[in-house]
Amino acid sequence: MLILDTFLIGLSSGAIYALMALALVLVWRSTRVVNFAQAGQAILSTYIGYEVMNRTHNYWVSVPFAIVAGAAIAAFVDAVLMRALEKRSHKGSVSEIAPVIATLGLLGLIRSLTGMIWGNAYLQYTSPASGKGYEISHHTIPFSPQNLIIVIGALVVMGVFAAVFKFTNLGLALRASSFQPEISRLAGIRVDRIRTIGWAFAGAAGAVAGALVTPTTYLSPNSLDLLLVSGFVAAVIGGLDSLIGAVLGGLILGVGFAFILQYIGTSVTFSAAFFILIIVLFLRPRGILGSKIGRRDA
Amino acid sequence: MGSRLLSISDLTVKFGGLTALSNVHIDVHPGEVVGLIGPNGAGKTTLFNALTGFAPVSSGKLTLNDKEHKWPKSHELAGLGISRTLQGVGLFPDLTVLENVMVGGQKFAKGGVIRAAFGLDASNEKYLREKASVALEKVYASSLADKRADSLPYPVTKRVAIARALMSDPQLLLLDEPAGGLGSQDIDWMNGLIHNLKVDTSILLVEHHMDVIMSVCDRIYVLNFGELIAEGTPAQVRENPAVIAAYLGAEAAQ
Repeated sequence: MLILDTFLIGLSSGAIYALMALALVLVWRSTRVVNFAQAGQAILSTYIGYEVMNRTHNYWVSVPFAIVAGAAIAAFVDAVLMRALEKRSHKGSVSEIAPVIATLGLLGLIRSLTGMIWGNAYLQYTSPASGKGYEISHHTIPFSPQNLIIVIGALVVMGVFAAVFKFTNLGLALRASSFQPEISRLAGIRVDRIRTIGWAFAGAAGAVAGALVTPTTYLSPNSLDLLLVSGFVAAVIGGLDSLIGAVLGGLILGVGFAFILQYIGTSVTFSAAFFILIIVLFLRPRGILGSKIGRRDA
Repeated sequence: MGSRLLSISDLTVKFGGLTALSNVHIDVHPGEVVGLIGPNGAGKTTLFNALTGFAPVSSGKLTLNDKEHKWPKSHELAGLGISRTLQGVGLFPDLTVLENVMVGGQKFAKGGVIRAAFGLDASNEKYLREKASVALEKVYASSLADKRADSLPYPVTKRVAIARALMSDPQLLLLDEPAGGLGSQDIDWMNGLIHNLKVDTSILLVEHHMDVIMSVCDRIYVLNFGELIAEGTPAQVRENPAVIAAYLGAEAAQ
């Protein structure tokens, strides 16, 4: 029973990591930028969800607002900040690192902005679902209706993404332009626009992660920072440019965390993430589903 | 000689201080296969790049279907009826063969993001899928439709790249070394394939294999060091002393 319980604990946190990893992978695939600002974008969209919640007193109304806000913020970051950076810096090591540094700066900026607007107090963004575990034959399992919502929410996002990427033209354009921008342009794809749409999808995934996880803890300007680290580790475990890999990486990390917590102790939680990362990279240097070839060599 | 599908005149391309192309002109008439040859570094691919928005044009005039046109950006080509393959082939490694070909038909893709996200463009997507199947038949690769592109042998990738270029129903197809890197049997295949393609589209062809050039081209332009040194039918070009000198010179230098 203990093993199953531990797995259930890991499942719900793994689903959140997977969403964050999806957000990071989507941006990495299209832009080759590790988007540190994703934690900030998600926190901003979650605050917006929180505000809607305060006015409507309905969690389910607030979530779509958070998602749309997350997508819009991400699209704005790409269309305004990233494109401008690319136009201004062309060659050399600085131009390669500049966008990443910019996302770090943006993370700080959004944090202080949210701090100025909402203060640094721990706010409650509550979901209607109970956080108390289901009871099965007199045994309370560590899986609550709240966890169920998290898992279902993550599954819905993954399902929508899978359908869009696999079966629609937009998905085809998104996948194509991330690997061969020149050829995609020749085929008539407006690569810039498609890329911004990819960012919007990423922002939406991050917003869902924020809106789902925050009710289990609290909301503050840096309450999603640790999630950024976990999401990044999950993305790297999955190979950094694979969407399925991101999901698997999130689950591996979530379940792995739960077992380490259960059997080793809470003192190692944070280092455990890197421990898992190093093991995976040692066994499979390109991550479990990373592509064999870089995007320019194909 | 009738109407011109493509006409380039006085094209000059400079990279910094280096002149890659100098006052080059080229005409392609409807239904023609036109070859572009020359020793390595003569500027053949640069001409393709200038025409397809990959290289900056310093000066020059472009006429499409007898109308003067500004030099197009890459993403405008498909809409203008021009399609191109690359020397590097450039298939999308993690897409299937059919998906790779479908990418080439983006000018027929309809609908915005929202519609696509909710799957409201299913009929359009089915149309693209069927069109891609037809394009694959034309290059004899139908049986490979569901294979991942990175699992294909090299000669097949070249044919799939041509199928992708055909998806936009081009009036003019630019082929960059379609026979490059192929063995003699695959070269014969490619030769036959180009003959077949001629029925549907005009072709401008950069190629090193003289057998292919001489067999498929109606007319040939010869570049050397960024300048046009000869033009004419395969027979005329073969006899041209400047061409012989350029090629013998290149061979002697190697």
